[in-house]
Amino acid sequence: MLRFLGFRLLRAIVTIVLVVTFAFVVLRLSGDPALLIMSVDAPPEAIAAFRAAWGLDDPLWVQYIRYFNAIFHGDLGRSMRDGRDAIVLVTERIPATLALTLPALAIKIGIGVPAGVYAALHRNSLADRMVMVMAVAGFTIPSFVLGLILVLVFAVQLGWLPSGGQESWRHAILPVITLGVGGAAVLARFTRSAMLEVLGQPFIRSASAKGVPWAAVVRNHALPNAAIPTVTIIGFMVGSLIAGAVVVESVFSWPGVGRLLVVAVANRDLAVVQCILLLVAMTMVIANLIVDLLYGALDPRLRATRTAGAH
Amino acid sequence: MRDVPLVSVRDLRVGFDGLPAVRGISLDVGMGEAVGLVGESGCGKSVTWLAALGLLPKSAQVAGSVKLAGEEILGAAPHVLDSVRGGRIAMIFQDPASSLNPVHRVGAQVVESLRLHRGMRGGAARAEAKRLFDLVGIPDAARRLDAYPHELSGGQNQRVMIAIALAGQPELLVADEPTTALDVTIQAQILELLGALRRDLGMALVLISHDLGVVAETCDRVCVMYAGRIVEEAPADALFHAPSHPYARGLLGALPPIDGPRRPLAAIPGSVPDPNAMPPGCAFAPRCAHHIAACDSAVPGLRPMGLDRRAACIRAEAPVRAALVPA
Ligand SMILES: Nc1ncnc2c1ncn2[C@@H]1O[C@H](COP(=O)(O)OP(=O)(O)O)[C@@H](O)[C@H]1O
Ligand SMILES: [Mg+2]
Repeated sequence: MLRFLGFRLLRAIVTIVLVVTFAFVVLRLSGDPALLIMSVDAPPEAIAAFRAAWGLDDPLWVQYIRYFNAIFHGDLGRSMRDGRDAIVLVTERIPATLALTLPALAIKIGIGVPAGVYAALHRNSLADRMVMVMAVAGFTIPSFVLGLILVLVFAVQLGWLPSGGQESWRHAILPVITLGVGGAAVLARFTRSAMLEVLGQPFIRSASAKGVPWAAVVRNHALPNAAIPTVTIIGFMVGSLIAGAVVVESVFSWPGVGRLLVVAVANRDLAVVQCILLLVAMTMVIANLIVDLLYGALDPRLRATRTAGAH
Repeated sequence: MRDVPLVSVRDLRVGFDGLPAVRGISLDVGMGEAVGLVGESGCGKSVTWLAALGLLPKSAQVAGSVKLAGEEILGAAPHVLDSVRGGRIAMIFQDPASSLNPVHRVGAQVVESLRLHRGMRGGAARAEAKRLFDLVGIPDAARRLDAYPHELSGGQNQRVMIAIALAGQPELLVADEPTTALDVTIQAQILELLGALRRDLGMALVLISHDLGVVAETCDRVCVMYAGRIVEEAPADALFHAPSHPYARGLLGALPPIDGPRRPLAAIPGSVPDPNAMPPGCAFAPRCAHHIAACDSAVPGLRPMGLDRRAACIRAEAPVRAALVPA
């Protein structure tokens, strides 16, 4: 188990390093921050001074080493726009993002999983078909389209809810629904097929054959097995708690991490972008690690191969 | 035969999407009796007993009657079926490894049955589970209770399945190809175990197999099925020595030498009729060496062949028997 954890940790670190490196290279090759942040008609001396101040004149690999060295000393750099610490800029946006993504996650799990289980148990019924149609719709409609439709209906036409901003909890309703619906659809489809797969297994029939009432067959035999693949998708959703709201935050002018990312990318505000990506990568890696541990708890077959010595 | 058989199946019919899989099965199982059910794969052996216990998907169309000690159980209420299943009629299946829930310990799966049918819990249930493991010959039973199915061999998993089946103290155990997925040496051990348990516990046994040899060793009486019907029913030794129905004869001819390895029945020329295009008369007619025009006019019913056997063949008596006398 310890070796397994150590192996996973090493892989996690490698993943994070790769993400950060990729972001570093792409960002530096895709535009000159000095030109974007300074006004177009800024004097050449000012631009040169800006470059020198932020170390943009050095060769790429020097900047890269300097960057990693700083990270190791806990320094994630400062915003090129207002000079504040990137980490502060980013962390003060996290609560706003979580205020959307956490309730949305609750909707995804709270609606998606039961809907999928219900559909599987009543396969080919009217309810199953309805769940599937809604799931396909929720899965296919891009979140910005759904967001705009919701705004048109509930904010513009009916006037029930505000269309954007962050002044009260009522402002969060439409973005949370927009985020939740798509995820619930994905989860419903996934849970349904996981359940159907399990319900077709011989051990379900043999549980019935030994006299287990159907409700208990579902609860004690089908669900624990169907949970194994479903946890993967939920883990993926947990991993996107920070980064999963970029589009929705933009549509609803919600001042979260996602909006900050969009603005920072547009401005080539390197430190801020990298800080966000680092945070996102870490969230995903941690979520993955949790999923792996859950797998072990849910599936004794995996536990066995692990204690027998993972590589 | 006692007055009321333990299980009495009458004109059981099962169809899937309008296609008949079982086409009118009638058979009795007496108290403590061992009945074999043989026939090529796909002839409806499993479906017969799955239908009897209400274990088929809802899409299956089931008709007929299945009585347990005189009480109708076909289409009975769920709570009635739940107490019959495992409590009075237990069933074990072909592939023991996938018939056990992979995420639960095998001991817990036995205890589940003990709780359902005998109200046992905690230490008492665990002690009884261990006793059952000893009974079915699982070595180091106390420790094996905590194993998961993937940690046991196929033979041991089948023993676990048998222990689960015995947990409810059933009057009948239906074993559906219990040894087909196992190694030859293990097959013999499991069959021996089933035979011994039946003798010791006075439990009736229905042994389903596509292998006449397997059934003949273990059972008192054998029913031979072909294309969803029983075509011959006879005491095991009588069937073995002088089968009446040409299909049963074919099965016997296809049997490997007694000491040789078991293998599936394959030596009858031709193949099982397509459910979409059943022959008008006897379903076996197209493959039958004794086929005459009259065979195609009507489906032959089971006719008595002497005291204790029946066959569904209009030509059964004289020609087939004569042909079987060893030269
Ligand atoms: N759940 C099912 N849905 C549709 N057809 C089935 C189902 N189960 C069995 N059948 C069909 O019923 C026939 C009899 O099957 P079965 O009883 O399993 O044969 P066997 O004698 O080998 O046990 C086969 O043709 C099979 O394809
Ligand atoms: Mg079968």
